[in-house]
Amino acid sequence: MKYLYPFVVILAFTFLGELLNYFLPLPIPASIWGLLLLFAALRLGIVKLEKIESLGNTMIGLLPLLFVPPVVNLLGCWDVVRQNLLAIMGIIFLSTVLVFGISGKLSQLVIDRKGAEEDV
Amino acid sequence: MSEFIPMGGVWAVLLTCATFQLGQYLRKKTGSALCNPILISALIVIAFLVAFKIPNDTYQSSMKLTSWLMTPCTVCLGIPLYTQLQRMKRNLPAIMTGVVTGALSSLVIIGGICLALSLDESITVALLPKSITTAMAIPLVEPTVGLVPLTTSAVIISGIIGSMAGQAMCRLFGILHPIAQGVAYGTASHVIGTSRATELNELTGAVGSLSLVIAGVLTAILYPFAMMLFV
Repeated sequence: MKYLYPFVVILAFTFLGELLNYFLPLPIPASIWGLLLLFAALRLGIVKLEKIESLGNTMIGLLPLLFVPPVVNLLGCWDVVRQNLLAIMGIIFLSTVLVFGISGKLSQLVIDRKGAEEDV
Repeated sequence: MSEFIPMGGVWAVLLTCATFQLGQYLRKKTGSALCNPILISALIVIAFLVAFKIPNDTYQSSMKLTSWLMTPCTVCLGIPLYTQLQRMKRNLPAIMTGVVTGALSSLVIIGGICLALSLDESITVALLPKSITTAMAIPLVEPTVGLVPLTTSAVIISGIIGSMAGQAMCRLFGILHPIAQGVAYGTASHVIGTSRATELNELTGAVGSLSLVIAGVLTAILYPFAMMLFV
């Protein structure tokens, strides 16, 4: 049962995230609260990395699979989307490519300007 | 076919996992980003549901387990964020510059095009937060007139575009540094892009996690102003 302890830890942080999401009037979902809390707990040494790393990485690997059902849900709103399909797809495609390019390129430029001292 | 449906929904989980596996196999075999496992799996599932006249609701309720796992799996993204922190600390200015500009331009580009095409308010409002993760975008759209299913779809398609074309876009725009790539994946394609980035490079994935959190919070704050501006 070596995965039981890390699973309990991860679920506990998920639950803490749900509590914060419920009680704080901020538009931040439980998953993001949980992510930040787990990060903070690792930083503060409350949770030991070695104990949760293996299961955590396995669960991150599962993430793409979990997005299949929401894509299948497109079936549910197909009628609405179909009427404006071209415009909607155009906006999604164009904005994704532009935002990808703008955000990545600007970071790249800032990194370049700092020169070789940033040896990552 | 319908007699299989009460059987605990195992068929739905098996179908989803097996077709996802097929998608991964095809991507490895062909080396083509077009073979996106999420897309391949979803298309086969949709074809299967339509062919056997199984209602989408039946499939979705059989997949409750996986939608439940989404939150704890996203929480786990805090782990690479921690392990990679040392390597990105010195590059925080570069990360912030990219994410803030990216989140702002996302709202302006979407709002601008919607305004130019004079699309219905319910579409504009639904599309505005489409670069951030579903869990953050839906609560923003829900209290408005926006179509929530459209938001979900737009968010996921943005994620798939990043996950499919991310490497090509990095070459196109000359985004070479793993940190800059992470910023692009996280800001434009949230969790889906980031999970793809994690497969490519752990540092890129960690920067993606940080970027999607910052972009999400920022978009949530700016959303009401974007609505005033573009609706």
